[in-house]
This record gives sequence, structure tokens and C-alpha cells, in this order.
Amino acid sequence: MNVIKLILLAVVVIVAAMGANFARDLAYQVHALLIMVVAFGLFIWTLRKSGERGTLPDAETGYFDSVVRAGAIATAFWGVAGFLVGTFIAFQLAFPVLNFEWAEGYANFGRLRPLHTSAVIFAFGGNALLMSSFYIVQRTSGVRLWGGNLAWFVFWGYQLFIVLAATGYLLGATQSKEYAEPEWYVDIWLTIVWVAFLLVFLGTIFTRKEKHIYVANWFLLSFIITVAMLHLVNNLSIPVSFWGSKSVQVFAGVQDAMTQWWYGHNAVGFFLTAGFLGMMYYFVPKQAGRPVYSYRLSIVHFWALIFLYIWAGPHHLHYTALPDWASTLGMVFSIILWMPSWGGMINGLMTLQGAWDKLRTDPIMRMFVISLAFYGMSTFEGPMMSIRAVNSLSHYTDWTIGHVHSGALGWNGMITFAAIYFLVPKLWGRKEMFSVSAINWHFWLATIGIVLYASSMWVTGIMEGLMWREVDDQGFLVNSFADTVRAKMPMYIVRGLGGVLYLTGALIMCWNMWRTIRGAQPYVQPVSQITPAE
Amino acid sequence: MAEKRLDEATGQHTTGHSYDGIEELNTPLPRWWLWCFYITILWGVIYTIAYPAWPLISGATAGVLGYSTRAEVAADIEAHEAKNAALVAELVAADLPALAPGSDLHRYAIARGSSVFKAQCSQCHGSEAAGAKGYPNLNDDGWLWGGSMEDIVYSVRHGIRNDTDDDARWSEMPAFGEMLEPEEIEAVVAYVEALPSGGTEGLGATVYEDNCSSCHGEESLGDREQGAPNLTDAIWLYGGDTDTITETVTNSRFGVMPAWGQRLSEEDVRSVSVYVHSRGGGE
Repeated sequence: MNVIKLILLAVVVIVAAMGANFARDLAYQVHALLIMVVAFGLFIWTLRKSGERGTLPDAETGYFDSVVRAGAIATAFWGVAGFLVGTFIAFQLAFPVLNFEWAEGYANFGRLRPLHTSAVIFAFGGNALLMSSFYIVQRTSGVRLWGGNLAWFVFWGYQLFIVLAATGYLLGATQSKEYAEPEWYVDIWLTIVWVAFLLVFLGTIFTRKEKHIYVANWFLLSFIITVAMLHLVNNLSIPVSFWGSKSVQVFAGVQDAMTQWWYGHNAVGFFLTAGFLGMMYYFVPKQAGRPVYSYRLSIVHFWALIFLYIWAGPHHLHYTALPDWASTLGMVFSIILWMPSWGGMINGLMTLQGAWDKLRTDPIMRMFVISLAFYGMSTFEGPMMSIRAVNSLSHYTDWTIGHVHSGALGWNGMITFAAIYFLVPKLWGRKEMFSVSAINWHFWLATIGIVLYASSMWVTGIMEGLMWREVDDQGFLVNSFADTVRAKMPMYIVRGLGGVLYLTGALIMCWNMWRTIRGAQPYVQPVSQITPAE
Repeated sequence: MAEKRLDEATGQHTTGHSYDGIEELNTPLPRWWLWCFYITILWGVIYTIAYPAWPLISGATAGVLGYSTRAEVAADIEAHEAKNAALVAELVAADLPALAPGSDLHRYAIARGSSVFKAQCSQCHGSEAAGAKGYPNLNDDGWLWGGSMEDIVYSVRHGIRNDTDDDARWSEMPAFGEMLEPEEIEAVVAYVEALPSGGTEGLGATVYEDNCSSCHGEESLGDREQGAPNLTDAIWLYGGDTDTITETVTNSRFGVMPAWGQRLSEEDVRSVSVYVHSRGGGE
């Protein structure tokens, strides 16, 4: 086994070295060097280890939690990195002078914006999903994670993907597809990692001790499978050269646009909605100590959600070259999607029946509830914005940015913070988080930050939409584009301040995590004993 | 399998499943939720009958309302065009220099021109036509190629130094870095900087005389036939400090403007010219 590993790693080192030598662009060269160094390090490590004998890894009795611990730390790290870039580019928009001339071509808004979106969605959100999937599937199946160290491969492989993607953006390697910017070789690597993720997850489900599969796992599995499908189709492209980062898409024109938004919308649907609903279905009843509100509702809204979501993408392309029929269908499916989306909110909130008093005493519960509230709000706003007439006002404006962030900061962010506060004491064997009042601070800073963000973007979005379409009696344009930019300036500062508050909350969380992990609380046994199946 | 039990807080039974201690209640679907879901589905069916929706083998259902986004925008544009048709015909035929300020046609041309300017010109010349580095201010009296109505129409129609229109205005300042010594450039820059106060004697004056005066003139007042700027006033296209002037002399400049006659309608070319002429500097 080790011999095969060593041969594979040696081949990777050699190919990467050749890549660095023949590279046609800087991004490719930097990535080749990076891969070479990582593969070489792994080669040496494997070589040194292969002499030893009889040193088994961790006892394979309890749950496989070391990878979940790493996931919790990675989630917090990438979260802060993503929020920091986001806050910085918010101020770049308000004060263009922050696009420093000396950093032009690397740190201007155009390069940092995809860095921000990918960092928060795929690095922060992705690690949150990895960590939660690995934790939840073991507990609700009553078995240790399947595949041994494959889970570690998934974790580190995914981190390598993040680093390759992020450095690629800064160096200008992008295929210009929103949320799918990484170039062909990074896409191939992610595919390998993702298949390994699917195997670990499915392997655990197949070996489960419980008779049924818990609802959280339906959502997580649909997330993993659908993201694999979306990723493969939207990234179909042909590299210009094996030794360069540039590739050419196989689709062109409106077909390309439709594929892109079929992907883009379902990245929201399956990555940020289905995956996070999977988290919700485990953490909320656990934290509330209550049964899930309705098993029937979970079945009906799960199937309705995954069936309907996949058709809703065309609402991103209203009033474009896309044929009217496709645009109508996208809008209709988006509106029918409203109730299935709300099914998740109802099931989450109503699970608190009989435990509402916890809202007063438990800031983690409060975080779960506010995340569900933002989930409900943005899944109402989304269908509304998909209506053609509303979209003719909202499209291309900051309203869209506000909508996305009330979902991302409110729903995805808050539920992830709450999940971290739930997991960290359990994973490191502490009674509770080091500081409960710091959780409270985090809750309020983040909530006020989101309110500032979303409301300022509603104001500028609707204002700029109205300004763009304003014509006088004779049908002539009233405002120039620069007029709208000037009018938005004050709200851009408010938005930036919202980002500062949100970032501050996340930093407080990191401090709290650090104190909990390192701190003086007595060590209690981590909860890694396998629960007997019932 | 855990026992199905009655949950006292809600009065519902559990399903008997338990995963890591999580149980599920067997609560029926909330009625309001279910009815809202049915209503949206029903609405969806009706909407897809009314509007173009279902793909067929070639084409798609057209919808009973006969709606299309393209027809909608075409109708909007047509309505405005019909309303303005008479004025447009008059504008295309009008002798622009003779257009009386305050007349209906003049007001129409300015309204139309201002809208064209916002969409097409403001990116370079600024939304208030105040210009930017390399893009002339159109509100002042300084004109590179002339500020009469005919001159402005010509500049808009054919553009400047583009390679799409054979009639584009054209001139090219040499890059003197290839022809003069550094000290000569330094001297002529100092000479140009001193022009508002009468210039200087010596090397700078000689270099100017030999190299610059043929276009910018003996008096440095510029030449509109060649787009050569006046060097004695306070208006600088790229900047009037020593470094910028040195850069201009050394490397030259080559500002380009598109030939808008190839992109805009005749009435748009005319109206935007009237608008620019009216900004304050028109001659």
C-alpha cells in the first residue's frame, strides 16, 4: 500500500515540477510549485513512516472526531478570512482609493470579490458542512465514520482546493463563471475530493446500526450528490494546454449562461440550503432537547424542495437572450418553491414547542432561532424577486446583494456559529463554552451587523433600480450611471460598518473557542462513545 | 426501535424513531402550509397557460395572453418614437447653427442630447461633462478641435484618431524623447511652464522654436486645425505639473474618441452636439 502511495506521490512531484517548468502563466506555475511542495512533503512523510511497525492510528473504537475537530477550526479560520476580505471590499466600493495602485492586478475589487464569495461559501460554508456531515452521520447512524483515513484525505484535499482556488483568483486564473471560477485542474482535484467525501458518507450510511436513515442525512446526501452533478456539468471545458491554466467552455452564449445559472442557483439550493438544513435537523432538536416537530412535514418538504429547486435557475436570466418560456418556468418553479422552503423553517422553529423558555437563557438556541428567521425571510424574498415584474426593478441592483447576504450572514453564518458553539465543548471534552456572555455579544453584534447590511442594501438597491429606469416625458434617461453611484455612497458606508460588526462577532467567537480548547475548564470525557442503536 | 410515546408538551405521538436521542413527532402537515402550497401550484398551472412556458419539439407554448418580453419593450419604444416623430424629423432637417435657443426644437435636442450624453459620453467626459485626465472638459472655452456647432458635430460624428472612420480628426505629436536630449526636454518644459508669464530666454526658447512652434504656434496659442492645445492658458488635458509635461513631451499622447456617427442615429449625433454646445463653451 505504501509502495503504491510512494509511487503516486513521486509521479505527482515530477509532473508538478514539469508543470512549473513549462508553465504558460504565473498562476499555473505557482500552483504547480505548491502541489510539488505538498506532494514532496507527503512523500517524505510516508517514506519515514513506512519503516515503523505496529503503531496503530487512534483506537478505532469510538467516533472519528479528530477530523471534526480540525473541521471546526478550519471553519472558524476561513470564516474570519472571508469576512475580512468582504469587509475590505465593501469599503473599496465606498472608497475606491482602497484599490491601491501598487496592488493593482492582485488586490483590486475585481480580484478580491471572487476571493470573498468563494472564501465564505466554499471555505467557511464548505468546512462547516464537512465538519457537520462527519459529526452528524456518525451519531445518527450509530457507527464510526467509514473509510478510515479517507476522511482526512477529504479534509486536507478540500483545504488544498481552497488554497488553489484563492491563489488562482489573485493571480488571475479564472474561467469567469460566478461561484465556479477555479480553472480546469482545480476542478478535477475537487471532483476527486468530492467523490471521496461521497464514499465516506455513503459508506457510513450503508454500515449504519439504525434501521432508518435520519432526515438530516437525506438532506446532507442530496447536497453531496447534487453538488457533484452541478460541478461536473458546469465545469465542462477543454484546457488550451496541459501546461497552462486557461480553458475554454464547451457551452457558448445563452446555453452557457443557462448552464451557469442552473449551477449557480442550485449552489444556493443544495450547498447553502439543503446542506445547512441537514445541519439544522440535527443541531436544533439536540440543543432544544425536543423531538422534531413533524416527521411528515420533513418528508414532504424534503422531496418537494429537491424536486423544485433544480428548475428555478432561469430566474437569474429574466429579460436576457434566454427565451421567454424558460424564464416563465424558472419564475413559476421559484414561487412554488416558497412553501417547501418554509417547511424547513416551520420544522425548526416548532421543534421549540415546549422549550421556548430556552430563548431567554440559552444564547446558542437564540442563534439557531434567528438563523431560521433569516432563512424564512430570504426564502420569501427569493420567490418574490423571481417574479418578472419585481425582477425588472431588482435585477443587477444592490437589492440582490442584500438578499444574498441576509441569507448568507443570517441563515448560513448564524447556524454555523451556533453549531460551533454546540460542538466545540463536546469535541474537546469541556462542560460548556469558556464564556457564555461572549456568545451573547457575538449574537448581538452579528444580528445588528446583518440588519445594517440588509437594510442599507434594500435602500440602495431599490433606489438605484428606480434611478436606472427613470425617464422623462419624452422617454429620455434622467440619470447617468455615475449619478446612481454617487447617490449610493452613504449606504455603502453603512454596509461596510455592518460588515465590521459581523467580523468583530466572529473574532470574539475565535477567542472563545481558543479559551475553551486551551482554557482552564476541567476536562470531561469527549462524547466519542458510540450510541447504541435504538 | 424506541417506543411510540405521547409527547406531553404538544399532545402529539412520536414516530418511535430515535437517532442519537433525537425523536420525531408525528404531527400532521400544518393546514395553512398545505393550502398555501396547493394555491401556489394552482397559480403555477394557470400562469403557465397564460404565458409562454412549456417547451415543445420546436418552439414552446405561446400562452393565451400572447405575451413576450421583446414585444413589450418594442411597444414601449414605439410609443415614445411615435410621440417624438415630428420633432425628430425636424431635428434631422434643421440647420443647427441657426437653431434658436429656447425654441421647442432646441429644448427637445438638449433633452435628447443630455440623455445620449449620460449613456454614451459620461464614462469618459464625466456625468457633468467636466472631463478627466486625458478627456477634455466640455464646459469651458478651451477647444482642441473647435467649439462651433459644425466643429462639434464633426468631432462627434467622425471621432478623433480612431481607425474606423477615414474622416476622423487626426494629428500626432512626436515622442520627443527619441529626438531631443534630456536637458533639451528639461529646458523646453521649463519654457512651457513659464509661458503664462511670458516665457523664458535661452535653450528652452530655441528648442520650442525649432520643434513645437510649427503646431502650437509662435505665440503658443495652439492650432485647432491640428488639435494642438493652447499652452498659455490654465487648461491642461493631462496635467500641467513638471512631471506630467515632461512625460507628455517625452512620450507624446494619443487620445482617441470613437466615431459616434457609426454607432448613433443621426438625430442622436445632432442632439448630443447641441447639448455639448449648450454646456457653456459653445461658440
